Amino acid sequence: MSEVIWGLGTSHVPSIGAAMDRGLVADPLWAPLFEGYAPAREWLAGRNPDVAILIYNDHANGVDLDITPTFGIGTADHYRVADEGFGRRRVPDVVGAPEMAFHLVQNLIDEGFDLTVFSELDVDHGFTVPLSVWTPDPGEAWPCPVIPVMVNVIRYPQPSAARCYALGQALGRAIASYDGVGTVGVLGTGGMSHQLAGARAGFVNPEFDHMFLDAVARDPEKLTALHRDDYIRLAGSEGIELIMWLVMRGALNPTVRTVHTAYHVPASNTAAGLALFDNRAG
Amino acid sequence: MPDDTVPGPAGTYVFDGPAGRRGQTMNRMFSSLRDEHARAEFRAGEAAYCARFGLSEAHTAAVLDRDWQAMLDLGGSIFYIYKLAMMDGLSMQYLGGVFTGMSEAEFTAAMRAGGRRDV
Repeated sequence: MSEVIWGLGTSHVPSIGAAMDRGLVADPLWAPLFEGYAPAREWLAGRNPDVAILIYNDHANGVDLDITPTFGIGTADHYRVADEGFGRRRVPDVVGAPEMAFHLVQNLIDEGFDLTVFSELDVDHGFTVPLSVWTPDPGEAWPCPVIPVMVNVIRYPQPSAARCYALGQALGRAIASYDGVGTVGVLGTGGMSHQLAGARAGFVNPEFDHMFLDAVARDPEKLTALHRDDYIRLAGSEGIELIMWLVMRGALNPTVRTVHTAYHVPASNTAAGLALFDNRAG
Repeated sequence: MPDDTVPGPAGTYVFDGPAGRRGQTMNRMFSSLRDEHARAEFRAGEAAYCARFGLSEAHTAAVLDRDWQAMLDLGGSIFYIYKLAMMDGLSMQYLGGVFTGMSEAEFTAAMRAGGRRDV
């Protein structure tokens, strides 16, 4: 039996990682964002899990448009940090957890979630920035092995919010039935509202974002009822990334305790959010 | 519910099947720029590099002219287009300005003022 001890939802905006890499966290533009992270980081620092599962999307770095898996999972020993076009981020490569990943693949496929399996994968900012939000100074290695779960959010039609939540619930059951580790942390990444292209670029919707931050804790079904077109309309064409938070939420207990939330506009072109849930205090 | 053939609200590019098909060669070319040797080859001869990837005249012209709006209209995905912008040292705020008729400074100021909430 493995136990999910916490869930973390966080934006994965590349400039958040860049601000950390360039020593700009105390810059007046960035300080409010990182001050918002501090209580979550402090709580997490004493609660390193044995394995983390990180739900993210690739941004034209680990996979190409020739094949677009709707859902994927990594079973590799390690994952290289991707060159996104300007060299690799100077953060540690990621150690995987293949034995546990094999277990998750089998259980998820048996439950009807036919994920694409990645035996090799380079991970981009969608993956490394959430790790940095969790662990700002990893040193030579991240706090624990990490299993990537990839969701297509950049090619329409994206999976439905309801399907993402159901995948998370199946993931939670698959984790619980694994004997190889003790504790697990789950990260759901992306969002919050933002749109990068078109005349509507720069769109931000704080009312929607705050509704989402509240509902993801207390009433996730409210969010699974929204159609992908609702996400695009209300959160922007890239704000639909928030469906990945629902995979994380589905893997947690129906009732969780919110440890901390944070919200800040902007992180470059994006509304940035964070929500940390204690899964052992329902 | 939006029109089935063009998902998304006005001023929004949704990268759907038809867009992906329209922009396939160009996006594949942008994707290749993940490799530093490819970036060097591109810089050494942009038109030849585009030809090698089978880009149409319209795609090639958009790339050579850095017509970011045309790249979107021709089926470019913003995440792929951005690879070229990064090579040029341009930011996502610069592109946001191009798409919205603002300067980079104006667009950045709009974001710092809380984002564009009325669009």
